[in-house]
Amino acid sequence: MRIDCPLCGARDRREFYYQGAAVALNRPAPDAGVEAWDDYVHLRDNPAGETRDLWHHEAGCGAWLVVTRDTVSHAVSRVELATDVKGAMA
Amino acid sequence: MGELKAVSACAGLVPVCIGSVTVDGMDLECMTSLSPFGDALALDGALKKAHGVGWPQAGQALGDATVRVIWFGRNEAVLIGPEADQGLGDVAAVVDLSDAWAAVSVEGAGTVDVLARLVPVDLRAAAFGEGQTVRTQLGHLGASITKLGPERFMILVFRSMAATLIHDLKQAMAGVASRG
Amino acid sequence: MRVAGKGLVNRDKSVTFRFDGVSYTGFEGDTVASALLANGITLMGRSFKYHRPRGVLTAGSEEPNAMVTVGEGAGAEPNVRATVQEIYEGLMVRSQNAWPSLDFDVMAVNDLAAPFLGAGFYYKTFMWPKRFWEAIYEPVIRKAAGLGALSGKHNEDTYEKAFAFCDLLVIGAGPAGLMAALAAGRAGVDVILCDEDMQVGGRLLAESGAVGHLSGADWAASVMAELEAMANVRVMTRTTVTGAYDGGTFGALERVNQHTGKRGGGAPLECFWRIAAKRSVLAAGALERPIAFQNNDRPGVMTAGAVRAYLNRWGVSPGEKVTVFGNNDDAHRTALDLAAAGVHVAALIDSRQGITVEAASFPVIVGAQVCNAAGRKALESVTVRTSAGEQSIQTDCLAVSGGWNPTVHLTCHMNGRPTWREDIQAFVPTAGSIPDMAVAGACDGVFSTLGCLKDGLRAGQEAAEALGKRVVAVDLPVADDAAYALEPLWAVAGKGRAWLDFQNDVSVKDIKQAAVENFRSVEHMKRYTTQGMATDQGKNSNVMALAVLADATGRGIPETGTTTFRPPYGPVAIAAMGAGAQGHGFAPERFTTSHKRSVERGAPMIEAGLWYRPSYFPKAGETTWRQSCDREVGYVRKAVGVCDVSTLGKIDIQGPDAAELLDFVYTNLFSTLQVGRVRYGLMLREDGTVMDDGTCARLGETHYVMTTTTAAAGAVMRHLEFVTQCLHPEWQVAFTSVTEQWAQFAVAGPKARELLNGVLAQPVDGESFPFMGCGPVEVAGVQGRLFRISFSGEHAYEVAVPSRYGASLFDLLLEHAERMGGGAYGMEALNVLRIEKGFITHAEIDGRRTAFDIGAARMISAKKDCVGKTMAARAGLMDEMRPQMVGIKPVDAAAVLSAGAHLYECGAAQVNGNGLGHVTSVGYSPDLGLQIGIAFVARGAARHGDVVRFVDAVRGLETDVEVCAPVFVDPEGGRVRG
Ligand SMILES: [Zn+2]
Repeated sequence: MRIDCPLCGARDRREFYYQGAAVALNRPAPDAGVEAWDDYVHLRDNPAGETRDLWHHEAGCGAWLVVTRDTVSHAVSRVELATDVKGAMA
Repeated sequence: MGELKAVSACAGLVPVCIGSVTVDGMDLECMTSLSPFGDALALDGALKKAHGVGWPQAGQALGDATVRVIWFGRNEAVLIGPEADQGLGDVAAVVDLSDAWAAVSVEGAGTVDVLARLVPVDLRAAAFGEGQTVRTQLGHLGASITKLGPERFMILVFRSMAATLIHDLKQAMAGVASRG
Repeated sequence: MRVAGKGLVNRDKSVTFRFDGVSYTGFEGDTVASALLANGITLMGRSFKYHRPRGVLTAGSEEPNAMVTVGEGAGAEPNVRATVQEIYEGLMVRSQNAWPSLDFDVMAVNDLAAPFLGAGFYYKTFMWPKRFWEAIYEPVIRKAAGLGALSGKHNEDTYEKAFAFCDLLVIGAGPAGLMAALAAGRAGVDVILCDEDMQVGGRLLAESGAVGHLSGADWAASVMAELEAMANVRVMTRTTVTGAYDGGTFGALERVNQHTGKRGGGAPLECFWRIAAKRSVLAAGALERPIAFQNNDRPGVMTAGAVRAYLNRWGVSPGEKVTVFGNNDDAHRTALDLAAAGVHVAALIDSRQGITVEAASFPVIVGAQVCNAAGRKALESVTVRTSAGEQSIQTDCLAVSGGWNPTVHLTCHMNGRPTWREDIQAFVPTAGSIPDMAVAGACDGVFSTLGCLKDGLRAGQEAAEALGKRVVAVDLPVADDAAYALEPLWAVAGKGRAWLDFQNDVSVKDIKQAAVENFRSVEHMKRYTTQGMATDQGKNSNVMALAVLADATGRGIPETGTTTFRPPYGPVAIAAMGAGAQGHGFAPERFTTSHKRSVERGAPMIEAGLWYRPSYFPKAGETTWRQSCDREVGYVRKAVGVCDVSTLGKIDIQGPDAAELLDFVYTNLFSTLQVGRVRYGLMLREDGTVMDDGTCARLGETHYVMTTTTAAAGAVMRHLEFVTQCLHPEWQVAFTSVTEQWAQFAVAGPKARELLNGVLAQPVDGESFPFMGCGPVEVAGVQGRLFRISFSGEHAYEVAVPSRYGASLFDLLLEHAERMGGGAYGMEALNVLRIEKGFITHAEIDGRRTAFDIGAARMISAKKDCVGKTMAARAGLMDEMRPQMVGIKPVDAAAVLSAGAHLYECGAAQVNGNGLGHVTSVGYSPDLGLQIGIAFVARGAARHGDVVRFVDAVRGLETDVEVCAPVFVDPEGGRVRG
């Protein structure tokens, strides 16, 4: 598997640390309530198809990336800097 | 009370010459990490003014043997050579890393083949020219690799892992050299 | 036997090798198989289960029978295919799976027991009685079955791994692959061309037909010469592409020195390549399948294409009187080539009616089938059945062709399923199975030479175009374009065992039996019969077995299922995949600046993550580590000790929002910390569990240095990156690991300040450096940093200098310490010192502990949000029944404690679910004169003074211990501030 880092170019999977769903970007407010926090920390979808994950280019540039990929075909369709994705949410 | 004695990161480990490839230690004088607060425009200006070399794009290594500014990762570059100008601290985090990294040069015919045993990035001349740099792995080590000249690279790894760096390079060099 | 005037081997260069101790001579270019056949040796192995005598079946890497062990001693390599292994001067080859000898194998008695050993026999026969399995069946089966054995010794051979990159990977260098590489190469594409053979040409090397005005081999050589002259093309021979993976990644195994005697000196035996390619062309060719009939496994029965290959490429006829049997036109070539070379062809038998063979100088029997073969260790005759009856033909070699199967394997590696083509009675790759891969030539069911050349040219040009290159014209040479016609014939009807999977000894009867027992799915049939599950993955036999299953279940082949393959295409030694990871290559070794000196002082070094740290520093006269450890603890408690603490993570944090970041990642406040002061901090994961702890120093208004534990340094760095990139990219803050920049030493003990004032330019006192003070200092002429922090409960400092001075400072500090009645201390003493004070490490914060559990709930500031705060407040994480951190000390002062032991109420049953908690750390406290420990006990904070039962079932320890506060020394904490 290769991930096309926006800063470094296409790199072998070995350079990346896998975190999990990009849900982690949406941290609730401290008072958002039990359900919102449970969703954020624990509840994850398990799609057969498109998924958005956070990967850290740990052995490369150090950027956190939002990677959109297909869990069935393994095709990676989009790689974005997490700072850009988070910045656009603000 | 005596003065403290300096020991270089690769003391006793280099030079190593196997086949047509040579690994030697590099004395970088000073190495300073620079990370701009916010965008890099102000830092670019301050760098040019103080050191004559600007802020690099991702994968870019600027300057020459006297002053280099090498991209070192997201939002980070290292200034190699002179002591960093005090003024840079106004626009960037300035961190002395002169002792944190072991620096070696690898050169000679077949260097690209040697590095192909260890580095999962295309370093062939057509893909990786002078003035280019990558952060990647060398074996299990996190490394910064910069092309300094035809068949000449600078490799930086954490100081504590210098022995492993040399061990891995030696093994790769022996494998390439054995092909004759 | 060699045939005069035939073959590509170098007859000017003879090569001597040994097979089963006997010396043989072959020529440069020979494989073990071709050289043995040239020497008249046809018996090359024994089958897996029944130990039936077997000869070579094929001339390539798909070989199921001729498996040999190469080399001797530690480096002996089993299960090498004799059809792949090239001979070299001094090569030693042994047959395997036969005892006492290949010629007389006592295990062949299995063959007589065959009626009991059919499909599913393992499942049925050895069900009962249960104890017989372990005692009798399994050992016997293991001894009797099995392929070659490993030496069991450490392999001294060198293996290598490497990375390669290209825009176009062409897999296979037969006519299609060569044309594809040529077309792409001329267009300027960055090409890698791989072929598993020792030279390019593929099937052209085995055929007698011409390409243009050249022989097939010469044409291939001319293309090779052109490709090698191109800077943008890399040709890799002896390199098998073993797997296709996500994102255009391929695995490939190069046999670097398997064909030479070169060993040692860093010369790798094999190299495992990871190739990243933008596009690929699969031109892997096709593999011939035999036809099943009674005793079709007799040595001398071979595929027709293999017989032709031995003749045309190696100049060897596998027999003196050869019979050819097939269901297709291609088989005719074998008879024609043999006859043209002067080899006696006993007959050509074609199962089809109405076939004529032009210019045949041998008997042609059409509408006939070979139904039996005779001769146990070598073929003697075959029985031919026609409508007129049966006849016997004396023959010592039978060349069989049931048609050709495209080598679809790689296209299955990403879950692709091949497509059945009725016209060629074979599976072909399904388009799109591997992204950006095109399939060309025989691999795509194109079987004429011209067709392959054309198809390869097309694939090469299309790839060039897709890669943005201008297509360059390439002339198509004239070549054979004969149609490939066949009528399906899978198994000849008859009694007796007709073999499909030669390597696993699966017969037609076994497949039928599986169908009868309702294992009708291919996947079930495979597992029940072990069809296709040997090292050759059923390359010759899977399609035949599928056809037999289809027939037995009354379905068509595509309705019955498909064949599918997983990586690797051919066997890959684990040593190749794990190359470089032996010895020092296993993991990076991180050495502190004091490493050399510690080793010189005899300290055993222990691993702490990737770091190496001194366990203790033995002195003359000390016979146990405990004596050294007790002495070193004494240094710190009574005089002064010095310890290298450089391995702790150090992160430099700067920027206008530095304080905000720290307030968010630590539970407690850092924005309120004064410049020149240090504070202990606790970090949580977002789920409320403790992630790490450590101190953080404020060096300036917007400048901090955070320390992490040695173990969590990487994880904390990643966490900070996460917080600042994924949660708060708006913060202006930057951080850099400075772990390696500073060599840092703890100087601890009542005389710590006295020692430091001997090396600092400016002496320090309680005012300039109070407890938890920090600041810049000059140490023996070098700018450094001093932190007044303690991990021992004693008056202590950590002094840091740039790493280049670390070794020198360590010497200097030791020199002073030793003069003052102290000295170096190692990890064992450090551990005792911190247990005596109840300071935690990752033995305590093991990923399950909350701030509440370690008695630090009050460290979660009420004044701000922080990572983990909300979730840490969940009722379940604050439950008083949770195990809470306590100290333990044995009631009997002489009792031995151990980490990992469980705690129970005294008298309670020591069973799962009844435990109170467990012990995380123990050590011997010289001050207290007994072993002490840290433990987690349910409701522990309220149970100080209670006696509970300590049980270590693993080490057989059991004793009563008293629960107490986890502080054993100086509970008021006066020393650290003194
Ligand atoms: Zn990157």
